[in-house]
Amino acid sequence: MTETLNIPPRWRAFIRRGSAMVWLSGAALALSLLMMVGLVGYIAAKGLGFFWPSSIVQVQTSEGPILGEISAQEKAHGTDPAKTQFRVCNRDLFGQDYRWVPSADIQDPQRPADAVLVERLENGPFIGFIQDGSSGETLVLRAVDGQTLEIPRKHIVRIVPSNALGVFGKSRVYASRLWEFVAGDPRESNTEGGVFPAIFGTVMMVLLMSIAVVPLGVVAALFLREYARQGWVIRALRIAVNNLAGVPSIVFGIFGLGFFIYTVGGTLDQIFFSQKLPTPTFGTGGILWASLTLALLTVPVVIVSTEEALSAVPRSQREASLALGATKWQTIWNVVLPGALPGILTGLVLAMARGAGEVAPLMLTGVVKLAPSMPLDASFPFLHLDRKFMHLGFHIYDVGFQSPNSEAAKPMVFMTTLLLLLIVLLLNLAALRLRSRLRARVGGSSF
Amino acid sequence: MDLNERPVIPEPVPTITEPPRAGEAHILSQQGTPLTDRAALEAPTMVSVKDLNLFYGRKQALHGINLEVGKNTVMALIGPSGCGKSTLLRCINRMNDLIDNVRIDGHVRVGQSDIYAPDVDVIGLRMRMGMVFQKSNPFPKSIYENVAYGLRVQGVKNRAVLDEAVERSLISAGLWDEVKDRLNESGLGLSGGQQQRLCIARALAVKPEVLLMDEPCSALDPLATSRIEELIFELKRDFTIVIVTHNMQQAARVSDFTAFFWMGKLIEVGLTEKLFTNPRERMTEDYISGRFG
Repeated sequence: MTETLNIPPRWRAFIRRGSAMVWLSGAALALSLLMMVGLVGYIAAKGLGFFWPSSIVQVQTSEGPILGEISAQEKAHGTDPAKTQFRVCNRDLFGQDYRWVPSADIQDPQRPADAVLVERLENGPFIGFIQDGSSGETLVLRAVDGQTLEIPRKHIVRIVPSNALGVFGKSRVYASRLWEFVAGDPRESNTEGGVFPAIFGTVMMVLLMSIAVVPLGVVAALFLREYARQGWVIRALRIAVNNLAGVPSIVFGIFGLGFFIYTVGGTLDQIFFSQKLPTPTFGTGGILWASLTLALLTVPVVIVSTEEALSAVPRSQREASLALGATKWQTIWNVVLPGALPGILTGLVLAMARGAGEVAPLMLTGVVKLAPSMPLDASFPFLHLDRKFMHLGFHIYDVGFQSPNSEAAKPMVFMTTLLLLLIVLLLNLAALRLRSRLRARVGGSSF
Repeated sequence: MDLNERPVIPEPVPTITEPPRAGEAHILSQQGTPLTDRAALEAPTMVSVKDLNLFYGRKQALHGINLEVGKNTVMALIGPSGCGKSTLLRCINRMNDLIDNVRIDGHVRVGQSDIYAPDVDVIGLRMRMGMVFQKSNPFPKSIYENVAYGLRVQGVKNRAVLDEAVERSLISAGLWDEVKDRLNESGLGLSGGQQQRLCIARALAVKPEVLLMDEPCSALDPLATSRIEELIFELKRDFTIVIVTHNMQQAARVSDFTAFFWMGKLIEVGLTEKLFTNPRERMTEDYISGRFG
């Protein structure tokens, strides 16, 4: 048999040593890592370049002069000639932000040093020249086709003379734009400005979810592992819990809408807020209901990892505690739970990663495109659990697919995605750090 | 050991069925053996096991055990693995309750109370017992909290009381000088022998009436073992000790009485010196001389 196969001895040794599997598994790991790096790199490259001031180019075409940033170029496809896309801005004058021009039609490209990009509170940015900057109240701007525009200075966010700026000047603009993005409020139906309310909403929702999911999951796991008599009922229950993790998230959203909002919220409104009815207080979507819905969604993760952590606490330690006259609950509280805490936090990390990335159930339970106020502010009672909130995941969807100007919003989508990744990473790092500190405190053991 | 070399093991004959303690002295004096340790023989009974049968499901693990342990004496339980000595030990503080499908009949008395009486408070019973396990099992807590644990679960909050108990127990366990400067460090940072002494200190902190030791030295090196053995010698003054051991020399060194178990039956019990030098049963002799087990 082996003779007929006639494998060279070198290869036979290679297979016998198991080197083939080592290479195969290593390659699979490398491939998945490469894909991760590629994904993050792609998002970063698409998003991070957006804030860097690009040069403003003036060209002559058969349809008149064009002034703007070159945003894309397309090669010729069959009968379609090569085209260049300019970001011309001046939506209020031209009616559109972008223009495609056949590349062959472009003549005499220049970079006028006095061209400026003016970021405004309304109508998107303006690209053109400053006609008259003498007044303290208003600024007179001239577009490339000669139209002039007078806008109040207080509507101006910043003026960027891109062509005149050196690397240092551009870096300052970059930093200032980045800061506005992270710490500012959104403008122009979310396509401009910042995403701070969405960051705040995401973090707060994840924290509220954590507060809800950990006790719920831990108590459920305690029952399953410590109190319940192990048998087929518990086995079936455990399988059901594991399968719960695979239920599509929108189903949880529907449950949250039906149970939390209509049933629980509606009842709360009738009992405590009846004077405000028919305007609902808790009977409508809000951060509390969204967090609780996500807590339900992620509770199987916490249950499974808590159960594993509980079963990893050595039997000898439970016996030591019981032999000293501790009750079952004292043993669980003083010995089992502290020993299982790192494992419980692993579950929390997984739950947070899942929860922070969910969008579908939130759309039914309280996330909005633009929240008028934050769920946490200086007015009594400070924490407003009934308020609607903004969320980065939903922000991506909204800006990318629901925005009136989706072409202009594309870089915002990438930036917001990058930010969402970063926030999930930060939340996870915080939980991991907490876990390693706890591990150190419980004695550096590996269970 | 090669099975073929095994001597034919005679059917176990339950020789000691008379009440051991009082009867012990009786038997021994009958046989004309000098009472090597009169104090040990005259000690009042602390633990008494009477007609104890224990079943794991359908399998019977202990057959009609009768055993008495005198106050402030050390009783060593020896026998091959699986002979039921640890099971018996765990009957004395009802740790077997934690295992499903265990059925027990017979009586175990500690002090004056029948611990298998229906109204007995198991938690309260375990507070009167100290237990040291085969593998050291300190909690992942500080040394101080490890020792104070037993008192804490009893609700003691007074810092002075706890401090006193921790110091006393650690001194009794011979660990105080080694750890007094690092009481707040994790108990898991200690060496194996120190961890086992920490577990002993933890058991002593609640001032137990009986100290149950389940092969306390099996995971320790000879030096750490000898320290624990010295400790057992000292602890005998204040506590009644039942120790399970596989090490016959250890049983000979530390105990006043030795009980030999085989296949869930108590084959022979008697003064240690007597049992090791002049066992009554052929099986005991075979076992202690290393011919089987």
